Amino acid sequence: MTALLEASDLRRHFGGVAAVDGCSLAVEEGTITALIGPNGSGKTTVFNLITGYLSADSGTVRFLGKTLRRPDPTALFRGGLSRTFQQARVFAALTLVENLVVAIQQPRRGLFRAATSQADRARAVEVLDEFGLAHLADRRAGELSFGQRKLLEFATVLMGRPRIVLLDEPTSGVNPVMVETMERHIRELHAQGMTFFVVEHDMHMVMRLCNPVIVLDHGAKIMEGAPGIVQRDPAVLDAYLGA
Amino acid sequence: MRTLGAGGLARGLGFTACLLAFPFLFPEHWVVNIGIFTVMYMVLATSWNILGGFAGYLSLGHAAFFGLGAYAEAIAFEHIGIGSGYRPFAVLPLIGIGVAVLAVPIAWVALRVRAATFAIVTISLLFIVQQLAFNLHSLTNGAQGLSMPIPPFSVSTYELPFYLAMVGVWAAAVLASWYVATGKIGLMLFAIRDDEERARGVGVRVTFAKMVAFVLSAGLAGMAGGIFAYYEGFIYPQFAIDPLVTIGAVLMAFLGGRGTIWGPTLGALILVPTQQYLAFSQGASQLYLIAYAAVFLTIMLIMPRGIIPSVADFVVARRPKNGAPRSGEPATPVTGVPS
Amino acid sequence: MHLAIQAVILGLLTGGVYALMASGLTLAFGIMRVINVAQGAMIVAGAFASYTLFTDFHVDPFVSILVMTPVAFAAGVILQVVFLRPLRSDEREDLSLLVTWAIALGFEGVLSYVYQTTYRATLPGYVNRSLTVLGYRISVVRLAAFGVSCLILAVLYVTLHRTRFGRAIRATVQNPMSANLLGVDAQRVSAYGFGISVATATAAGAVFGMVEPFNPGSHYDLISRLLTIVVLGGLGSLGGAVVAALFMGVAEAVLAAEISPTWSSLTFFVILIAVLLFRPQGLLGTAERGAL
Repeated sequence: MTALLEASDLRRHFGGVAAVDGCSLAVEEGTITALIGPNGSGKTTVFNLITGYLSADSGTVRFLGKTLRRPDPTALFRGGLSRTFQQARVFAALTLVENLVVAIQQPRRGLFRAATSQADRARAVEVLDEFGLAHLADRRAGELSFGQRKLLEFATVLMGRPRIVLLDEPTSGVNPVMVETMERHIRELHAQGMTFFVVEHDMHMVMRLCNPVIVLDHGAKIMEGAPGIVQRDPAVLDAYLGA
Repeated sequence: MRTLGAGGLARGLGFTACLLAFPFLFPEHWVVNIGIFTVMYMVLATSWNILGGFAGYLSLGHAAFFGLGAYAEAIAFEHIGIGSGYRPFAVLPLIGIGVAVLAVPIAWVALRVRAATFAIVTISLLFIVQQLAFNLHSLTNGAQGLSMPIPPFSVSTYELPFYLAMVGVWAAAVLASWYVATGKIGLMLFAIRDDEERARGVGVRVTFAKMVAFVLSAGLAGMAGGIFAYYEGFIYPQFAIDPLVTIGAVLMAFLGGRGTIWGPTLGALILVPTQQYLAFSQGASQLYLIAYAAVFLTIMLIMPRGIIPSVADFVVARRPKNGAPRSGEPATPVTGVPS
Repeated sequence: MHLAIQAVILGLLTGGVYALMASGLTLAFGIMRVINVAQGAMIVAGAFASYTLFTDFHVDPFVSILVMTPVAFAAGVILQVVFLRPLRSDEREDLSLLVTWAIALGFEGVLSYVYQTTYRATLPGYVNRSLTVLGYRISVVRLAAFGVSCLILAVLYVTLHRTRFGRAIRATVQNPMSANLLGVDAQRVSAYGFGISVATATAAGAVFGMVEPFNPGSHYDLISRLLTIVVLGGLGSLGGAVVAALFMGVAEAVLAAEISPTWSSLTFFVILIAVLLFRPQGLLGTAERGAL
């Protein structure tokens, strides 16, 4: 069975430094796969390469059976792959409802209609409600706290009805209650069939939530397996502790 | 659903009525003349704002489309022979569409680059159009310029038809602005302005939205140019296609509040009569350039969002402390979309 | 053929001066992400200053560069601190365009007031002399201008790559946050960087004044060319600016000689559009923040 998402031999350097150096990995459908590794191992860069926010020097990405040399974020989103960012990027000047509505895909002729139809708004409010943000529906996203922004960003990428969501450090910088909220949403959506690929530093969460776990070091995959096994693998320990 | 509150509609109609009544209340020639230029800049600023304010793409070549419209009108007379009287006005919508169509390939090239480079490309655009105007002698008569016929309007109300035509184009510009701002295109443009890369990442058709804004902006400016050509009676490359026209429009949009619908109109209303007065009292000296510069810099540094948003902020800040908007009222009111 | 090579020589000499003019522009963008549309006006101001120093005080234009440089540097620092520093960093790219345009208008206004709109030219005694090398005529002034430009660019290069301050600048260009963490004072770098940018502009203005007649309105033409050069070479890339300047200089001169002078001014823009169609980041620029 071919994986839902695959990266083959991705390479990317900045100046003289190889941030990603021959990274190959695969994410199977229906999993919550983790991507871990010490600081500087290239996790976010790999995400950027896979989702087309950064162009790879070489290597390809396969999604839904199609090989992409130069992934395009818009096409990927429409095709069912979306991602979040570490810094929680939202449209600060737009309201929460507008943030969600703008991500709803429109047919060409629908683009000349009014900004937010009744149906769109209803759907947006429903999603906001699930994330506990409905009471802020018409406030500007710029007014939200960091944790709320993370939730909003998560909610936004769901509007594209994705098959797989790439989460870049979904729990960094948020309080423990928010961590629990995030985890709960991931579990619920996963139970409904969504695949997740998560970059995470919170090892407890990774152990609880993810299987398999892919370990990156110096821009390449060094190990992959069930969380318990990865945790004890000497190569992994070496990567985190060693020079 | 597009919301147009009763208040907004009343204000809009009221203002339009004032504009229409103006030349009848103050029929002196020099006053109506200033009126024409004021409304002209209202059009230029409002049309610029559709791309510059809503999408955040600062075009510094806006005057190129104004000039293209002016030349289109003059060429239509010179080479196609549309005749005098009211015909040159009737041709305006065609000119608008013509300039808009011309803007499509230009937009396609210009929008490929990111916002900083875009500004530079549009400056180049201005100079390219100006150079073409100078060099395509057979079409544009080069530096000698083109002339338009003197229309057989009655001398006492000579300016009136031009003024009314300009108000017509202005109304179109404001309506277009409103339609875009309250539509999906507007939502897309605001998202693009906020974080274009992210907009792409959530499936927004970025190029399409930008092109619509660009083309619409160009067509409206072109129509203003058409009226200008007819009014002046004579157009030359360096005056029809003048960077100062762009800078004026941009300044007015900034002053009134870019990203809002009425901001550019307000900005023009304030600045054009002021500028005309300064030009009149200071003579032909270039000191008005320094005044322009001073006003611009002051606005940038003190009130970067412009008058309407700053006033709106002030009003909101004085609301009851719970900060929640009145029920049913969105945080981003239609007429005061945040910049 | 002879004509073509003569044009190439002229183009290279002119390109060298353009390179100097453009260097400040691209430097300003690289350090602060500021598009200094006033660069043209500063060059013209330098030309006028040099003109006045020559006409009223009999200071040779090349010598005047030494006098003007420290003044221009100080002026640049002041301009940056007063007008550019207050801009919020996320809006700086866009707003700097408008702020510097306003500054350019201010310059034009003041210069128009003082000098009126008559064209001037700085004409020292040797302005019409030329050398003949291998059958090709080379104007002494243009050669000297080229030489001075190369010299200043060399000094700039050495400063950027061999001094601590230069390293600080390059670090800021590549990664301002990291540079900040490593102790580089981004504000100081920005201010001094802009000072350098203005100083190169006035120096270029001094030589410019000798090869072309100018008036306060000349900055429009200049800045439009410089902006195309900088975009072509990649915003923020010094090497790119130099290459693009030489390329444009030669292209314009050759087209003027082979086709017609009137159409040659379009060269800049047509090449720009053509390049941007295929490489939106310019010839040498990178899609991300460029290195100098």
